[in-house]
Amino acid sequence: MKERLPREVIAMRIARELFDGAVVNLGIGIPTMVCNFIPEGITVIYHTENGALGFGPVVTAEEFEERADIDLINAGGQFVTPLPGMCFFHHADSFGMIRGGHIDTTILGVIQVSEKGDLANWMTPGRGVGNIGGGMDLAFNAKRVIAATEHITKGGKPKIVKQCSVPLTAPRCVDLIVTDVAVIEVGKEGLVLREFAPGWTVEEIQSITEPKLMVADDLKEIEL
Amino acid sequence: MINKVMETFEEAVADITDGAVIMIGNFAGPGGLPYYLIHALKKQGARNLTIVANTAGGTGLTLDFDDHKILFESKQVRKVITTYLSPSPTRPSPAEKQIAAGEVELELVPQGTLAERIRCGAVGVPAFYTPTGFGTVIAEGKEVRYFDGRPHLLEHAIKADYAFVRAYKSDRMGNLVYRGTMRQFNPIMAMNARVTIAEVDEIVEIGEIDPEVVVTPGIFVNRIVRIEEDPGFPRHLDRSFWIRDSEAI
Repeated sequence: MKERLPREVIAMRIARELFDGAVVNLGIGIPTMVCNFIPEGITVIYHTENGALGFGPVVTAEEFEERADIDLINAGGQFVTPLPGMCFFHHADSFGMIRGGHIDTTILGVIQVSEKGDLANWMTPGRGVGNIGGGMDLAFNAKRVIAATEHITKGGKPKIVKQCSVPLTAPRCVDLIVTDVAVIEVGKEGLVLREFAPGWTVEEIQSITEPKLMVADDLKEIEL
Repeated sequence: MINKVMETFEEAVADITDGAVIMIGNFAGPGGLPYYLIHALKKQGARNLTIVANTAGGTGLTLDFDDHKILFESKQVRKVITTYLSPSPTRPSPAEKQIAAGEVELELVPQGTLAERIRCGAVGVPAFYTPTGFGTVIAEGKEVRYFDGRPHLLEHAIKADYAFVRAYKSDRMGNLVYRGTMRQFNPIMAMNARVTIAEVDEIVEIGEIDPEVVVTPGIFVNRIVRIEEDPGFPRHLDRSFWIRDSEAI
């Protein structure tokens, strides 16, 4: 099997989608890593469901003693750092921001994503129960939804499918899918392959993708 | 003179009866969690409770942290209205096990819908429409209505008998301020319940809290208990205590 991009590189590629001044909510997993790769000159304002905007990076292990504060965490339960200009608010206001369309971009993890942009990411097959958390409100209501994922499951099955077989987080919500082998846009007519990882051909990417991919006229190698 | 301060957590929860609906301020881990009220309720022993909280306990920074999961362990809960059960099927919380065994009823709610159901219950709005959940399992059995061409679900307010909230400072009138992300669900739960009990770090003199920064107006708070210094529960950081099981760093 060909080499896939590490998770950090998926995060690095997604970071390039963010614009200066964007209000951004990061999901758990690969999405959390995006904050480490924001291009120079770009300031994004992070939003977290538990009621903070404009906070700084996650506290590192070295900084823990000095900086970790149980009253300054993100939605993944990570300790984050204070920044001048940040603010706090209660949960109903926090989701008012989400539902009201004030979040520019959310980056979410994936169990399955369909060719129509349906996202499933809250209940793993066979578990019977799941954790909805704040992901459903984000998927339905953020202005732009970017899905961050490995292209196939650990068992080798496609995660980009014709139709999701696990319960949906939200139908027709994903705008862009960034994986360890490709960048795929969810278009009106279907999925458009825009970028490929070094060494991968269109045919190889198609072979591990269930729905038919259209190929962008300006198809190119992933640039970081 | 209005004075809502009580000396002990035990007396603050003494009148809770079996079958009560209790909201608990909680997000993930110890921040903003009314830890001592939860422990007092366990000791008090009321059963058949309905718990409304972001998680069903046993989640977050430290999995073996004794949050409201202890109310499930002591079989005091009949129903839980929540958004999150446990981080992994290999590490199910007590609530998840009891739900799977049919011992506890689960109402799983998207987090924004939970927050708005609590807020609406607090402010006299019986129900509202939200786009979140249409076309998913959350929509089952719910009224759908289109606004501007977009489908919305009718969701109903929740009303609680008691709210356990965690705040930073209070005065004896019950005016509350919070600290950082401690705030989360606490202010809207404080507004909601018939009886709101606040667990606070400090109680200050009337007038010491700048009226411009009060988050929860005192009329929403019925009882206030100050946390005594307790070396067994480090409110501020003790790395060895919080770091266990933490995937955060």
